Parts: sequence; structure tokens; C-alpha cells
Amino acid sequence: MAKSIEISDLDIYYGDFLAVQGVNMSIKARSVTAFIGPSGCGKSTVLRSLNRMHEVIPGARVEGKIAIAGQSLYDSAVDPVSVRRMIGMVFQRPNPFPTMSIYENVLAGNRLNSKKMKKSEADDIVERSLKGANLWNEVKDRLTKPGMGLSGGQQQRLCIARAIAVEPQVLLMDEPCSALDPISTSAIEDLIHELKSDYTIVIVTHNMQQAARVSDETGFFNLKAAGQPGHLVEFNSTQKMFANPDNEATEAYISGRFG
Amino acid sequence: MSTTTVTTDAGTLRAGTLPSWAPLAVAGLSVALGALAWILGLSVVLAVLLAIVVFVVALPGWSLAEKNRRAATDRLVTALIWTAFSVAVVPLVWLIALVVKEGFATLSPEFLTYSMRGVVGDEQGGLYHAAIGTLLVTVMAALISVPIGIFTAIYLVEYGKKNRLAKVITFLVDVMTGIPSIVAGLFALALFVLLIDPAIRWGFGGAVALSLLMVPTVVRSSEEMLRLVPDDLREASYALGVPKWRTIAKVVLPTALGGIVTGVVLAISRVIGETAPLLVVAGFTDSVNTNLFEDRMMTLPVYIFTQYANATEKGYAYAWGGALVLIIIVMVLNLAARLIGKIFAPKTGR
Repeated sequence: MAKSIEISDLDIYYGDFLAVQGVNMSIKARSVTAFIGPSGCGKSTVLRSLNRMHEVIPGARVEGKIAIAGQSLYDSAVDPVSVRRMIGMVFQRPNPFPTMSIYENVLAGNRLNSKKMKKSEADDIVERSLKGANLWNEVKDRLTKPGMGLSGGQQQRLCIARAIAVEPQVLLMDEPCSALDPISTSAIEDLIHELKSDYTIVIVTHNMQQAARVSDETGFFNLKAAGQPGHLVEFNSTQKMFANPDNEATEAYISGRFG
Repeated sequence: MSTTTVTTDAGTLRAGTLPSWAPLAVAGLSVALGALAWILGLSVVLAVLLAIVVFVVALPGWSLAEKNRRAATDRLVTALIWTAFSVAVVPLVWLIALVVKEGFATLSPEFLTYSMRGVVGDEQGGLYHAAIGTLLVTVMAALISVPIGIFTAIYLVEYGKKNRLAKVITFLVDVMTGIPSIVAGLFALALFVLLIDPAIRWGFGGAVALSLLMVPTVVRSSEEMLRLVPDDLREASYALGVPKWRTIAKVVLPTALGGIVTGVVLAISRVIGETAPLLVVAGFTDSVNTNLFEDRMMTLPVYIFTQYANATEKGYAYAWGGALVLIIIVMVLNLAARLIGKIFAPKTGR
């Protein structure tokens, strides 16, 4: 069910401000694609444009084309809500719904869309999603407890379980480990490896080692200069990117040298 | 005593500190001085003022004498803050004590269950009709203003996003907050006089007038509560493919529910004591009326007002009793608001 994504000539604006310019890339199905680059270069903006989440910010708009399995995301007839049902997202900070229990949080995507399901069916989804997110063993005895009572790392895995419970085609992750300790980070990286067999995953990260560890392909974004729009400098297989990048700027960034 | 501390501890960490009993001692001294002044013939108010001034000057002065400017400033500001706090609280406690003292004797099962219908001379009357009226009018006012207020707040926070209409609404709500209650009453009266009947007086009119006063409070408090809901939660919901209206109904509102309910109850307890608009639109009567849409309807504040205006001993007693009942209702509402706020607050499970 995983699908590939084609991005061509993508420009993203916030009002009159051109934030990202001329992005072209193709994201393969059933693989992990990492976006790296300095802060403010538009990695998260590009990621959010993949499921039209950037539209939540007033004045944000997109020019160019993004197609998932051949279907354009930005046709006027496309409903952003159905795009988001197909392309799930995990955020930088864990954000479980505070009014809901662990069980209800996992089912939120189904319940909030008032999908009718039997109790056994719902139990199945919760167990499968929590197992998928490597959280089942830790929470199976307290599913009715509030989701906010979990630790930060557990909350983030709960959010991943919530995202995969609706069975999306693609999973977007916006710096999912930046608020977590190394142990939780490693748990989530293991999880990304496992999820790769079923989902197309796109992850934004500031951690170069993480990009090298989890991803198959890497895109490096950069700013030409302060105030200039961000752009995609290089998009290559992660192995090549970290061993022998085509672009000098990429090598400078990855090896910690700038300019 | 203090000089010895200074000589032995000079240069150490404890230099210039006052003993821990210092504030208590100075307070005792100030009270004693005030009492002395009162015995010597000063009025109570002046004696209390004297005691406060002595305390505010003496304690920082002592600290200053110990060569500790920072501690002296701290003592001075602390003393001033406590004084300001007492100035705010003393009248409140005094008011409650006075109402309880004057009104408690009047409270009786008869007082709570009788109306004033056909009560002449020294016969026992009560406030049953007024309590029923207050209940009905306030519930009706809440039914009108809570949906309007909450939906307005939802528009302002979720859909308005600083556009021109939202700015205009915010401005008008702020203006509405300042409407004198008598104006709201006259507006409601004029409205129904023009629409229905020149001689109209009914409970519903009172409810409309009260809801004019309630709407801005409800809008304001609900708006604040909705703004407190983190955008993270909205985005989490959107990212699951949940439409905006469902996000608002199922995620944003439940998260803010505790605060919204508290705000609504506080708005109710604010308007429940309004007298002027009810006097104008709901009128007054001695009998029980349970129909909001017909005839005059008595309410507690108007009851207190008319009993007081009778200027009889019985009337004064009834007025105090009515005031006590009104204060009890408001207090119960406030406690309920706190309880509801606690119950609906998002749980952390820790």
C-alpha cells in the first residue's frame, strides 16, 4: 500500500515571501527518505507541503506539482482532508490528545472521523498499532489511563501508533526524536526500520548520524544566503551522500565545515 | 539584642538579618500602640491606620538599622503588599459576616417556601416567588447567551484569525462589556414594547436583558480558553485526516471544556445579582409565577430592593434574608464552577 511521491518545480510561499524554491525529487515507495540542512532552509516546509499541512498557516501557498502515485495533491478538486488521510504525520513534539486515554488516542483517527466499528475490531487496531509502534508491552495493562501520563518517548511512540492506526500510504516525520533522549531515539529509529517494509517514510532531522542510520536516500537543503529562499542542493542515496557527495556544499555541511 | 548579633556575626553570612520572631514582635508592638491610641480616645479607624503605619515604618526601619538595605526594601514592599491585600479582603469578609449576622435570623423553612401573596402586617411572608423567578430568568439568560457566546468565541479563535470581521467583533464585545445594566434593561424593555405590547412586563424580557450582559463575559472567557488549546493538538488532528469542524468539536472544545464551563458559571453568578434591568423589564409581584412568557416575575435582587424600600422592620429583615440567600446561591455557583473545572481538566494520570 506504500506509494511513491514525485515533486517537480515546487515553490512554497508564506504570503509574498518565497520560502522554498525549485525543489525536484522523487521519493521511492517503501523506503526512508531523510531531509537534512540548517535551520530555516525549508525542510519542514517541504515536508508539510506533502500532506498539505502547511495550509494551516494563513497565507501559505504552493506552486509546482506534487503527485502521489500519479495523482496530483494540489488539483483544485482535491480535498486536503482526504490527502491527510492518505499521508500521516508525526510531529516534533509529542502531542497526544490530553482528553483521551491511551486506547482512545490510538483510535483517534478512526473515532474522530466517526468510523463505525465493532469493539473487537477496535481492540485489534489498537493492539496492532501499538505493537507496530513498539509500545504494546509497556502500556497493555493501562490502556484506559490518559495518554499524557506516559513519558516523552512513549508519548512520541503513541503518536506514531495513532498515525499508523489509520493505515496511511506515507508517513511524514518532522524531527520526531529532537525532544527525546538517546534510548527513546534508538527505539524510534528501530521502529522506522520496521515500518519501512509497509510505509513510505519521509523524515526531517537535524541529526546527521540519524539520517545516515535510518535513511535510504537523503536530500540536503540549504539557503543561498540569509533572506534568500531555501532550495534542494543535492538528492542522492544516503550511502553516496555521506561517503562521496556530488556537491561541495553538501560535503562541507555533512563534515561540519561551512562556507 | 540586635547589636550583639551584629558584632558577633559581622562579616558572616548571617550579618544584618533580623531574628525570625521580628515581624511578629513588630506586629504585636503596632497593635499595642494602636490599642493604646484607641483607649486614649482616638477613633477606631485612625487607631488601625496608626498601627499599620507603625508596622510599615518600624520593620523596614529595624532592618535598615542593621545595615541591610536590600532586606529593608524587601520588608517594606512585603508589608505594603500585605496591607493592600487586607484592604481588599477586609471589606469582603466584613460584608459576608454582616449579611450572615443580619440575615440568619430571618432564614426559616417558611421564609424559603412562602411567597408574599396576601401577606399583611406581621404575617409571615417569604421569598419563594423571587427564588423561582431568579432561577427561571437566569437559566433562560444562560440558555440564550451560552450558545451565542461560545459560537462567537469559536469563530474568533478558529475561523476569524485576525481578519477584519473578527477585529470588529472583538471591539464590539469589549464595548458590550461596559454596557451599564440599566441600559441593557431599557433596551430589552424598548424592544418588547415595540415588538409586542406597550405595557409588557415579563420574565423573558429580564432574561434577554441579562443575556446582553452575559454574552460578552462568556465570549471573552471562552475565547481565552480556546486560545490556550495548543495548536499542536489541532495539527495532530488535521494530520489524521479529521476535518476542521470535527477537530473543533471533538478535540478543541473537550480540551477547553473545563475552562469554558467555569467561565460560564462565573458569568451566571455575575448577572444573577443584577437588579436594575429586572426591575425595569420583569417588574415585581407578590405571587409565584412560573411562566417566563406571561406576567410579571419577581426575582431575588428586586425582592431585596422592594422589601428594603418598604422601610418596615419586617421589610428590612426580609431584605437581609434575601441578600443572604442570594450570596449563598452565588457561592454555591462559584464552588460548582471550581469543581466542574477540576472534573473536566485534562488528566495527566500521574
